[in-house]
Amino acid sequence: MDTAEDILEAVTGRRMSLLEKKDKEISMEREAILTIRNLEVSFQTMHGRFRAIRGLDFDLYRGDTVAIVGESGSGKSVTAKCMMGIRSTNERIENGEIMFTYIDGSGERRTVNIAKISENEVRRTICGRHIAMVFQDPMTSLNPTVTIGRQIMEGMIDHNRISKQAAKEKTLHLLEEVGIDEPLKRFKQYPHQLSGGMRQRVVIAIALACEPDVLICDEPTTALDVTIQWKILELIKRLQKERDLTVIYITHDLGVVAKVAEHVCVMYAGRIVEKGSIEDIYYDPRHPYTWGLLSSMPDLSTDSERLFAIPGNPVNLMEQVHGDPFAPRNPFAMKIDFEQEPPLFHVKGNHYCASWLCHPDAPKQELPPSLQTKIDRMLKEVG
Amino acid sequence: MGETERFDDILLEVKGLKKHFRMNRNYTVKAVDGISFSIQRGETYGLVGESGSGKSTAGRSIIRLYDITDGSIRFDGREIGGSLDAGTTRHLRTNMQMIFQDPMSCLNPRKKVIDIIAMGLDVYHLYQNKAEREEKVYRIMEKVGLSREHATRYPHQFSGGQRQRIGIARALVMQPELVIADECISALDVSIQAQVVNLMRDLQDELGVTYLFIAHDLSLVKYISDKIGVMHYGHIVESGTTEDIFCTPVHPYTKSLLSAVPEPNPLAVRKKVSVHYDPREMGIDYTKGVYHALSETHQIKCTDDELVRWMREA
Repeated sequence: MDTAEDILEAVTGRRMSLLEKKDKEISMEREAILTIRNLEVSFQTMHGRFRAIRGLDFDLYRGDTVAIVGESGSGKSVTAKCMMGIRSTNERIENGEIMFTYIDGSGERRTVNIAKISENEVRRTICGRHIAMVFQDPMTSLNPTVTIGRQIMEGMIDHNRISKQAAKEKTLHLLEEVGIDEPLKRFKQYPHQLSGGMRQRVVIAIALACEPDVLICDEPTTALDVTIQWKILELIKRLQKERDLTVIYITHDLGVVAKVAEHVCVMYAGRIVEKGSIEDIYYDPRHPYTWGLLSSMPDLSTDSERLFAIPGNPVNLMEQVHGDPFAPRNPFAMKIDFEQEPPLFHVKGNHYCASWLCHPDAPKQELPPSLQTKIDRMLKEVG
Repeated sequence: MGETERFDDILLEVKGLKKHFRMNRNYTVKAVDGISFSIQRGETYGLVGESGSGKSTAGRSIIRLYDITDGSIRFDGREIGGSLDAGTTRHLRTNMQMIFQDPMSCLNPRKKVIDIIAMGLDVYHLYQNKAEREEKVYRIMEKVGLSREHATRYPHQFSGGQRQRIGIARALVMQPELVIADECISALDVSIQAQVVNLMRDLQDELGVTYLFIAHDLSLVKYISDKIGVMHYGHIVESGTTEDIFCTPVHPYTKSLLSAVPEPNPLAVRKKVSVHYDPREMGIDYTKGVYHALSETHQIKCTDDELVRWMREA
């Protein structure tokens, strides 16, 4: 018992010293932990090259909560997997860099380019240890033949080289922390003996096992229903505060984003089309795609006869894209939208938008009236 | 006059429906434990509840994918709860259809779209010749927003939204009276969800189909339904019109569900507190409850004491 407690204390002690270090850094300025520049990723398929990500820039600062929003096929999951160094065999990073800064075992500060180093090395040094991921479906992301306890301990033993006994102590502690009652009983159980919400808690515990700096949640609550979803989101929020985590949410549910995120990146066809603080995106959106997303989301106060639906289907990235890929679905598209892809224009503060409508010379485009009334109503609700 | 006639016209009436799954000698799962509701012709009834509440089992029992344990189901004036004779089976299978949850797994990957959609027609010989068969399929494909060229393709060549359209076309080609939509949009993206929901409403206006809409997403259920039943642990704990449920909910479970809906309004949702609900902690036993009518449309299942207490709170 003594040894286990000692180790626990040592671990928390290490975290405390890290926290102190972080405090110092925050007082200087926001510390960039992950920087992606001009990332291009493609998949080699039978029918040709599929360009999943076409020039992505992304900054992540320590302690932030960022949500990446987009439809399926917009490249949000591929981005996350690139950060984790998870690549499929036909995937190629064509261009760009993913710079990740972390403090290694000896307390030294290191910066690596995840895009350049080998998959094995990412897995050994970063994956799980510094960046961890919570996957969408707890049914498929847990191994059905291994007990919950062993699945949580696995990463700890591999990365931290601690004894089994100490790992067990830590696991029980973790289970309690993520809100699972009777950790001793659960430790020996298999995934099928738990409910969906409990399983997702276990997945979160696995992700936190090595005390990562960054937690990537890929659709963490899509497979769960509303009451459980609320609890899981509250849990992640609490853990973030307690452990000083940097969290990236990947989701298509704007309700979830509204609840948890501070910063939002809207992705379409492999690029970020709008990014800004949560208030910017929800109350002052600039990109027509964001307008469409916000309009098509029913809330409990919607009364209109029809829901707004973004016309058409997502663009096929197998083909060469001319101009703005959103132009064919964009009722506000101008001539230039079909000819040239818009760069990311600066709107104000941290708010950026990739639409020709934001060009200083563009004609002023009012928000669609239905969305304007919706935003007005939302603002009135909060007073 | 036409109005009153329409509202008296009950298409589906479920009374005391029970579906128990016997796991072993000592353990029986009471997935659906005595639910009653009725759906009028041309309206949409939403069945909501968390996973495991029995809402899908209820849907599957009504279309008779399961043999029911107890209760009665009257559909279009015929009893379909017990054993079915040939005539009733034909009536049931041609007039009631289902749209399934996952558009990726509910379509046969080896069949062309035209054969998937026409399967019901094939089984019940609902056409005279090949041309009529094709004609029927093409017409329904156009209605759901697919083009003729899509007919000879295979399911894997379509996106999720398009596949769900195929699923809807397959159900509607039989010209059913009632369509059971079991979580049919929860697997789709936000922008595609809106397209499919609009499509379902348009088709209802045009063809007069009745929907039993099973879902856990309350904001969409509110949008599409005329009446709503809230299910929990195999019981409908509260039912009523959309307004009854959303504006004046009485049952604590309904309140708890509503409080957990994450609304896309960041400043408001952060102030929102989720209401905790656990029937065992609160000493609520659904089997003891009886139905109390709060108004003509609004019903709640509880004991007398609970009703008094909850009404005071509300």
